[in-house]
Amino acid sequence: MPPVSRVAGRAAPLDLADVDTDQIIPKQFLKRIERTGYGPFLFYDWRRRGNFALDKPEFVGASVLLTGANFGCGSSREHATWALRDFGFNAIVAPSFADIFRANCFKTGVLAVTLPESQVRHLIDLVSEDPTVQVVVDLEAQQVRGDGFSYRFEIDAFAREMLLKGLDEISLVERHGSDISAYEKTRAEWLPAVKA
Amino acid sequence: MPATIAQKLWDAHVVRSVEGEPDLLFVDLHLVHEVTSPQAFDGLRMVGRHVRRPDLTVATMDHNVPTRGGVRAADELSRKQMEVLEENCEREGIPLHRIGSRRQGIVHVIGPELGLTQPGMLIVCGDSHTSTHGAFGALAFGIGTSEVEVVLATQCLPQKKQGGLAVNVSGSLPLGVTAKDIVLDLIGRTGTSAGQGHLVEYRGPTIRALSMEGRMTVCNMSIEWGAKAGIVAPDDTTFSYVQGRPHAPKGFAWEQALDYWRTLATDDGAEFDGQIDLDADKLEPHVTWGTTPAQVVPVTGRVPVPRSETDERALRYMDLKPGVAIGEIAIDRVFIGSCTNARLEDLRAAASVIQGRHVHPKVRAMVVPGSTSVKRAAEEEGLDAVFKAAGFEWRNAGCSMCLGMNPDILAPGERCASTSNRNFEGRQGSGGRTHLMSPPMAAAAAITGHLVDVRELI
Repeated sequence: MPPVSRVAGRAAPLDLADVDTDQIIPKQFLKRIERTGYGPFLFYDWRRRGNFALDKPEFVGASVLLTGANFGCGSSREHATWALRDFGFNAIVAPSFADIFRANCFKTGVLAVTLPESQVRHLIDLVSEDPTVQVVVDLEAQQVRGDGFSYRFEIDAFAREMLLKGLDEISLVERHGSDISAYEKTRAEWLPAVKA
Repeated sequence: MPATIAQKLWDAHVVRSVEGEPDLLFVDLHLVHEVTSPQAFDGLRMVGRHVRRPDLTVATMDHNVPTRGGVRAADELSRKQMEVLEENCEREGIPLHRIGSRRQGIVHVIGPELGLTQPGMLIVCGDSHTSTHGAFGALAFGIGTSEVEVVLATQCLPQKKQGGLAVNVSGSLPLGVTAKDIVLDLIGRTGTSAGQGHLVEYRGPTIRALSMEGRMTVCNMSIEWGAKAGIVAPDDTTFSYVQGRPHAPKGFAWEQALDYWRTLATDDGAEFDGQIDLDADKLEPHVTWGTTPAQVVPVTGRVPVPRSETDERALRYMDLKPGVAIGEIAIDRVFIGSCTNARLEDLRAAASVIQGRHVHPKVRAMVVPGSTSVKRAAEEEGLDAVFKAAGFEWRNAGCSMCLGMNPDILAPGERCASTSNRNFEGRQGSGGRTHLMSPPMAAAAAITGHLVDVRELI
């Protein structure tokens, strides 16, 4: 995965809590066997109903998504993060994320950043009023900032390092091959094993 | 130091633990299905990697399989996805329960059924309802496709240590009230995200009194309140469920396993980050009214007055007015199925309500058994005849209308009484409206044509 250190651009508000991954990418688009090409189907049902926040001309081309708590809840489908990335969102700022979704974001190279509710509210109000506002999500400095605001965010140090260096998780785990082999020898014999 | 069962399970799977890094955990069983695996296998192939432990990996077809007409009834993309799974399993030597085979079924139904799910194991799958397996005293959680690739390649997964929560349930479940109602009530109280970052242990006399099927229903929906995993400590109920199943330990190995499994309990004095207490004595059958599982009320209640914009949105989507009695809501469809509630006990409970009655003329109702084995067992005891005589469609096993990846979907505006786990907008079909409930409650709704308190029928 290529390294990710900062995302800068306009931000789009999706002022809703508990946005589930079924909304982000509905089931009929999970039949593809590729990792790309999901962008056109992002929020498919909501966009088709019309008057959807992200389709307002002033937010087209935004690279930061500002949204409500528990974003990405429900299904573990990584297709949700692929769709957000393919659509152009390389960073998401919310008061909280569902656990599996946040892990998927980091593996996809999408910066899922948590800020307190009041700060997310401020950012949503700000860009709703002036959609041209530039927002920088800086992983190196752990800041969401722009003209007149700067908020520090916390992030797991190891996840941050992985993103900044663009490390491949499998290669990292493979380095501990001897530990894995040693563990395998200690496993109880009764544990189930299958044959093809 | 006294430890919780969650801590014991975690520690038993640590391959490597270093300050400042996630723990590296060993995976005892990796369950695979057609929808979240193709990109992972592809990732391996592109760099010449192979599956490290095909002997600890089991695949099935469940998410997009048609529930009638066999594989040919599937659309082209679904067929392709199933073919790709076949090819991947063949190449890597992974056993596959393909559509039409004797053991095929929903991944979270077949694991326990085959005895692959056992106490003390660490189980993962690219599916959020993997928490189901925690009912056996296993540590089980859902992962994304990139993590599926990591597990395929290394049989391990780096994971950050999680907190622990206790849900303590006491009292006896009244007649007509089920495990589903425990977990719906819990989610209604805690909200959609209270479990985030936590391994939850369900405990107390009510949980102890539940069958394995009931415990699986509770653990299954852990993810719906955000928990990483749900766990029930194993006991004699667990052991007698596992014993004799195809992959269960036998002979001396069984005795050894039992000795270990009996240590898998939370020690006296072990500490949780929080505890939630529920009283089952006064519990009523529950029904969701909104578009998250937390938007739920007792069936004797009414559609609530909205307290937030989220509530208002949900009411608009569900086409419901505040104050309407739940029992006055007419339905079009009934779905008895899913990894939450499509095991033999669930079908028996639904059939006992339906026996000698008929599906309301305005309702279309279907039963989708959780696995081909469940279907066969139900047929052996004549449950299919009960359902068919009442006017239910009796289908083949799969995820079906729980998520509507196959042709089993709601039409826009249709309202469904469903035993599944998610009532999100469009979950069962674009524009469809889902009310979650237990199998007996869904059966009762099928007969009366509206949401109804099953206790009026039993």
